[in-house]
Amino acid sequence: MKIFVIIPAYNEAKNIGKVLQDLADLKYQVVVVDDASQDKTSEIVLKFPKVVLLRHRLNRYQGAALETGNQYALKHGADIIVHFDADGQFLVSDIAGVIKPIIEDDYQVVLGSRFLGKKSELPKLKEYIFFPLARLVNYLFFNITTTDPQSGFRAFSKDVAEKLKIEQDGMAHCSEILAKIFQHKLKVKEVPITVLYHHFGQNFGGGLKIIKDLLFSKISK
Amino acid sequence: MIVLQILVSIFVLIVLGKLFKQWHNEKITLANFLLWCLLWLAVLLVFWQPDLTSYLANFLGIGRGADLIIYLAILVIVYLVFRVFVRLQKLEKDLTKLIRDEAIKNAEKR
Repeated sequence: MKIFVIIPAYNEAKNIGKVLQDLADLKYQVVVVDDASQDKTSEIVLKFPKVVLLRHRLNRYQGAALETGNQYALKHGADIIVHFDADGQFLVSDIAGVIKPIIEDDYQVVLGSRFLGKKSELPKLKEYIFFPLARLVNYLFFNITTTDPQSGFRAFSKDVAEKLKIEQDGMAHCSEILAKIFQHKLKVKEVPITVLYHHFGQNFGGGLKIIKDLLFSKISK
Repeated sequence: MIVLQILVSIFVLIVLGKLFKQWHNEKITLANFLLWCLLWLAVLLVFWQPDLTSYLANFLGIGRGADLIIYLAILVIVYLVFRVFVRLQKLEKDLTKLIRDEAIKNAEKR
């Protein structure tokens, strides 16, 4: 069974080395999509010969980078695709738990959730204000309810990859993927993951931009 | 008013000349050419016969001719912004696809 781990990276020279080091011992095919970083992200990735490096010549944002990785993985016979972060927020050891329901229980999509049991140190502002708001937006736009509205840690089988094609280049892809899961009624499971916060991630302005992207995507279709 | 009328007339004539040239060089279709001619001739007409707009405005239930022009202008601008927006989205999409295909191709060469 071929498992591809897609890591979108934009100016992650500081963290990507450690993430790839952690992944080196595991039997996953790692694909890093360098979204036109201005720092040494690519150079660091090239030090890992088994890792595939895809380079965007211009910055096309995270959603676009993930989709580039998806297409490469499908082209090279992936059975399961895992989305992972370059900034070291996620634990490599959680990957096994995320792909397990697909391998053993025939699930099509698995979402990593910060809010199911495992301990994540979440900033209070995020836990009590931003995430409830994000859940509300997801509910209003797509009529979906999940515990973790903006998780970047997910896995899906190749059979549903085409249905989960990411069209939102920006950060709205998280909501987009959730929407498609529910729209196509895919068999989905949430599993607990640990998230380490070194920095805040999306701020409120970023959240507003996601809403804007979602609104406009409804207009321009 | 007469000075403005002459200036606008010269401007409209220049625009019409350019339009004719574009049509002549097959850069725009006949339908497009006629549409734009009509629009600019309307501008000319409005500047020489300002009262016309008042008649039209009154007919539509708007107080002044100038108001009618503003309303119409805003409608046209909003429509054009929308068109540009949709076009831009398409360009962004195409650009992403181009960059994606190139990235995947180059990875295979390595």
